[in-house]
Amino acid sequence: MSSGDLAHPQEFGRNSRGIRFDPFRGVDFPELEKSLMRPRTLTSLLLSALVTAMCLLALIPLFSVVWMLLWRGGRKLSLASITQLPPAPLETGGGFGNAIVGTLIMVALATLISAPVAILCAVYLSQTEKDNRFAQGVRFAAKVLTGFPSILAGVFAYGAVVMLTGGFSAIAGSIALSILMLPTILLTAEDAIRMVPSKMVEAAIGMGATRTQTVRLVLLPTALPGILTGLMLAIARGAGETAPLLFTALFSNYWPMRGGHFDLMSPTASMAVLIYNFASLPFDNQIEMAWAAALVLVLIVLVTNIIGQSLSRRQIY
Amino acid sequence: MDAAFRGLCKVAAWATLLLIAFIALRIARAALPAIHQYGAGFMTGTTWNPNQSQFSVLPEIWGTLYSSLLALAIGTAFGVAAAVFMSEGFLSEAIFRVLKQVGLEYHRIWGQLPDRVEGLLRNLIELLAAIPSVVYGLWGLFVVIPLIRPLCNWLHAKAGWFPLFGSDLSGPGMLPAAFVLSIMILPTIAAISRSALVAVPSKMRMAAYGLGATRWETLLGVIIPTALGGIFGGIVLAFGRALGETMALAMLVGNSNKISVSLFSPANTLSALLANNFPEARGNEVAVLMYVALVLLAITLVVNVAGSLILQRTSAKIGEGQ
Repeated sequence: MSSGDLAHPQEFGRNSRGIRFDPFRGVDFPELEKSLMRPRTLTSLLLSALVTAMCLLALIPLFSVVWMLLWRGGRKLSLASITQLPPAPLETGGGFGNAIVGTLIMVALATLISAPVAILCAVYLSQTEKDNRFAQGVRFAAKVLTGFPSILAGVFAYGAVVMLTGGFSAIAGSIALSILMLPTILLTAEDAIRMVPSKMVEAAIGMGATRTQTVRLVLLPTALPGILTGLMLAIARGAGETAPLLFTALFSNYWPMRGGHFDLMSPTASMAVLIYNFASLPFDNQIEMAWAAALVLVLIVLVTNIIGQSLSRRQIY
Repeated sequence: MDAAFRGLCKVAAWATLLLIAFIALRIARAALPAIHQYGAGFMTGTTWNPNQSQFSVLPEIWGTLYSSLLALAIGTAFGVAAAVFMSEGFLSEAIFRVLKQVGLEYHRIWGQLPDRVEGLLRNLIELLAAIPSVVYGLWGLFVVIPLIRPLCNWLHAKAGWFPLFGSDLSGPGMLPAAFVLSIMILPTIAAISRSALVAVPSKMRMAAYGLGATRWETLLGVIIPTALGGIFGGIVLAFGRALGETMALAMLVGNSNKISVSLFSPANTLSALLANNFPEARGNEVAVLMYVALVLLAITLVVNVAGSLILQRTSAKIGEGQ
């Protein structure tokens, strides 16, 4: 607003006796105007520009990663590369079909292990009072577990499974992954169940349903989109994890099958470990393969992520 | 039936609660032989020689803390800046102004653009966290290291007397590792700081503007101090992530068992040591690596619990204020 708009004393500058006076006398209008020459405004503007620049700079790595994946990985990606077995050193061609299968098997198995425990635990937490000591303890443990170093899950699975069964296996890998997936599923599921309107629960109980029936027929179906979101986010995280698989599932150059069915008790390939192994090899073919595998892995992770997020937005309640 | 289901739920809750304790016990028991053999000297010695059964991890502890703190310095600066940028609506305001020039600011579709773009920006920052760490490692190996190497070697040649530039970057090293690590923890800091900034009651902002403060006088004098607890909690949690992060470091830090303050010299971290040595470990070395894991577990658990507690406290405090 400029000073010209305000400075019309004859319009409204009369006191009760009708004597005109200037209500803006002594006000230095140019002084009130926003001016870039003043240190205060200049500082503010410069800091805004700095913050904008830093936020945009922070996104450059993202675009660089995506660009490199599409450029170097897209060049190599073909039907052969997602269906064939890894190449031997100096061999051309080949693919990472067994690693895709291995990742899918282990993530599916890890979901089967962690989802029931996480969802039951979420039901328990959502049905207790918010300030229940035990429930708060469980919630706190789950929050601490979200920041749990992934490699330690691998160390634990090594000690608990590999040392007991005497060998690297897909089972050991899945158990390591399930530890990392548990807190994500649990915390999102609890939130989703708590979001269910209490009217619906009261109506169910009013009709004579037991606690279990209420949970099974009202709470879980209503909260399903939210629970699935958590599940998808956990799957996306599990698919990308490398460290817990390095010395639990190890790696293998062959299909994870024996005699026509999946072999869960022998070393199993995974996308993430393949990328790690091939990136440090001195062979061009393997390095290109690592980029192609990274592209496929990122696509799997992102699509799972996006599906998960779109699920909970569609909530009607 | 009802009782059985309730019992099952309670068992699941107990399982979650006891999981961390069980993991810690399991690792500690496997590490017991090594603890007896090497004792506390394990954490103060500097040699790692499997052939002569000499093991100690001071260089790895140093590398873990050094890389994490470097990453935290970079990640905090950019993460908090991104959080301020997102919570203050700089972007939506700029787009609104542009739309106003064209006269479309209340249009049915174009009018949504400011909010949409802001949401997109938030999603892009979150996307940084969704990319698997091994892909960051690959990117660091083939993009970051070739990119910064000439600059690093020039710095070493011109200012080699300065301890931070005390060696040249021959490939993997501390700086590329810390740089990639900072990108990985940035989304954590940005997301938690943003929610802390948004949670500041709008009354306080209005009051500051009403007193004539500029946008940044309001931010630096009122909003950021109020949100400081939440921002700090986010930084501590990000520190915990950085300490435990494995793959990017195993690929980029150089796996060299020495202590150096130079940004360009190769180093090692506890998690990278585990990742590189566990697959081939036999006999005695397994127990030693379990001991390493126990040290890492202790460090990260303390940092994580501290971060979660800080966040719990501050969110409770803001809840009371409203």
